[in-house]
Amino acid sequence: MTAYILRRLLLLIPVLLVVGVIVFTLIHLIPGDPAAVMLGREATREQVEALRERLGLNEPFHVQFFKWFTNVLRLDFGNSLFLDQPVTRALLDRVQPTGLLTLYSLTLAVLIAIPAGVVAAVRRNSLLDRLLMVFSISGVAIPNFFFGILLILLFAVILGWLPSGGYVDITDDPVEHLKHMVMPTLALSFSAAGLMARLVRSSMLDVLHDDYVRTAYAKGLPHRHVILRHALRNALIPFLTIVGISLAGMLGGSVVIETVFNIPGMGRLLVQSVTRRDFPVVQAAVMVVAAVEVLVMLLVDILYVYIDPRVRYGSD
Amino acid sequence: MAQTETRTTITQVTAPRARRFRLSSITPSSRYYWLRLLLENPAAVLSIGFIGLIVVLAVLASWIAPYEPTFVNPAERLRPPSREHWFGTDDLGRDVFSRAVYGARISLVVGLAVMVGSMLLGSLIGLIAGYYARVDTLLMRIMDGLEAFPSILLAIAIMATLGSALENVIIALSVVYAPNIARLVRSTTLMNKRQPYVESARAIGLRDSVILRRYIFLNSLSPLIVQCTFVVAFAILAESSLSYLGAGVPPGIPTWGNMVSDGQAQLQRAWWIAVFPGMFLFLTVLAVNLLGDGLRDALDPRVRKR
Repeated sequence: MTAYILRRLLLLIPVLLVVGVIVFTLIHLIPGDPAAVMLGREATREQVEALRERLGLNEPFHVQFFKWFTNVLRLDFGNSLFLDQPVTRALLDRVQPTGLLTLYSLTLAVLIAIPAGVVAAVRRNSLLDRLLMVFSISGVAIPNFFFGILLILLFAVILGWLPSGGYVDITDDPVEHLKHMVMPTLALSFSAAGLMARLVRSSMLDVLHDDYVRTAYAKGLPHRHVILRHALRNALIPFLTIVGISLAGMLGGSVVIETVFNIPGMGRLLVQSVTRRDFPVVQAAVMVVAAVEVLVMLLVDILYVYIDPRVRYGSD
Repeated sequence: MAQTETRTTITQVTAPRARRFRLSSITPSSRYYWLRLLLENPAAVLSIGFIGLIVVLAVLASWIAPYEPTFVNPAERLRPPSREHWFGTDDLGRDVFSRAVYGARISLVVGLAVMVGSMLLGSLIGLIAGYYARVDTLLMRIMDGLEAFPSILLAIAIMATLGSALENVIIALSVVYAPNIARLVRSTTLMNKRQPYVESARAIGLRDSVILRRYIFLNSLSPLIVQCTFVVAFAILAESSLSYLGAGVPPGIPTWGNMVSDGQAQLQRAWWIAVFPGMFLFLTVLAVNLLGDGLRDALDPRVRKR
């Protein structure tokens, strides 16, 4: 068990290294002189030279990478070219909106998906089951920004119930905070909820035909008890992976949703930094999100060992 | 090679005039049975119809669109849908329908080009990784690294480097979806390379490139086709997100994504600017996904029972 976790942690190193190389190489793929591109047309030669020096672009590639990566491991991404502050500071200031948005969306998706999937499986081919499939297929096909805009049109423009965008800090005014987060959360969780519900449905269907479920019925246990205690528990095991994958989707989706609803989070900063050609921020934001994703998937794998006693990885 | 020849002769002998195309005449033993299954699936048929319509719009855009997509007409600003302007006009007086029709071009070009790009790149990597155990770990770790990024984020990062242009969108998205294809092709390659027919091909002295192409790649084709359909859908979605964020195709070219973005600013006064292109986008992606589901069910008899 411990050996397994240790081995998985060790495997993390090459993946993070590859992620680092990809992020770092990106800046060197900029056509022409990266420093000149970042500073734009008006920059003087001295300014460009100074930036080259500051970014260490005059040194050989591997030296640059090594310096950059060791700094990254200490969470030092250098200074933003535009914001006049360290990149790490800029990101930390924007973690709350992104983190909360992702958390709300993931919670909502799970809360919708489990009951919907269970009911659809138990009443297979019913109207509800079909509605769920339509919901799930549309969720995957509708672009999240367009769904967000439809929500704004309905709830902000037509009904006037909710603010059309912006963000209120949770510590300033929790009620306003939640009001501002309702639509972004709906928009971000829609596709994940559909996918998750479909998965719960199909794994419930698998489990419902298993022997132990029949045995449970044969013992005379009530239907409800069999479904919730016996079937659902096992059906939820593959669910964990989908939660991990959905989280990645949501971290990516939050970039778009934060732009739709004008939320000052990491995603919005990333998009702004792309237009400002603020590459240290772009690198850092992308690197952080990828690292979070790798860690989440690791966590999912480790949780499997706890949840599913059939899984015996490295120990035998 | 010899095997395929024998097979064709047998089919010719048993079914000499199967060419005259009637769906019901295709029996489960036929090579085209999957086509019959596909065409018996109403969702797939509707999807094919809708995709066909979008293709026609895109190809014949300059004939179908009643106005130039970039024609600015201040006298006709923010007009609601009417007989002259089916989808209304935007804040510059441009015809939304004409722009949506031209927008179909970008979506389709990106969808198809990314499919081809990621399939070529992904298949090459997958074949090499699956066939040559020595480079497998290295290649697959790189794929792991690429897959650690949420796809839209990696696309944004690549676009930030390359700058906004149609071909850069295609390159960025091909790189983003290649690992997915590579993983699939690698797994079928691992399976196929232990098959007796590959061993015999090696025994008669065929070169690796021939074995990979004719014996391994062709046998991975049916799951690959299904996966490619989904790549088209993902690519269309991702392109629209990039355009919406202003990180895709240059802003002057009408795309469904940047039309929705323009429309968002006018949502209070003119809902039609964002809603019509958004619906085009949604329905196109929906149709491609349903076609993918249909193809999967038709090509993979194991899923069919479900």
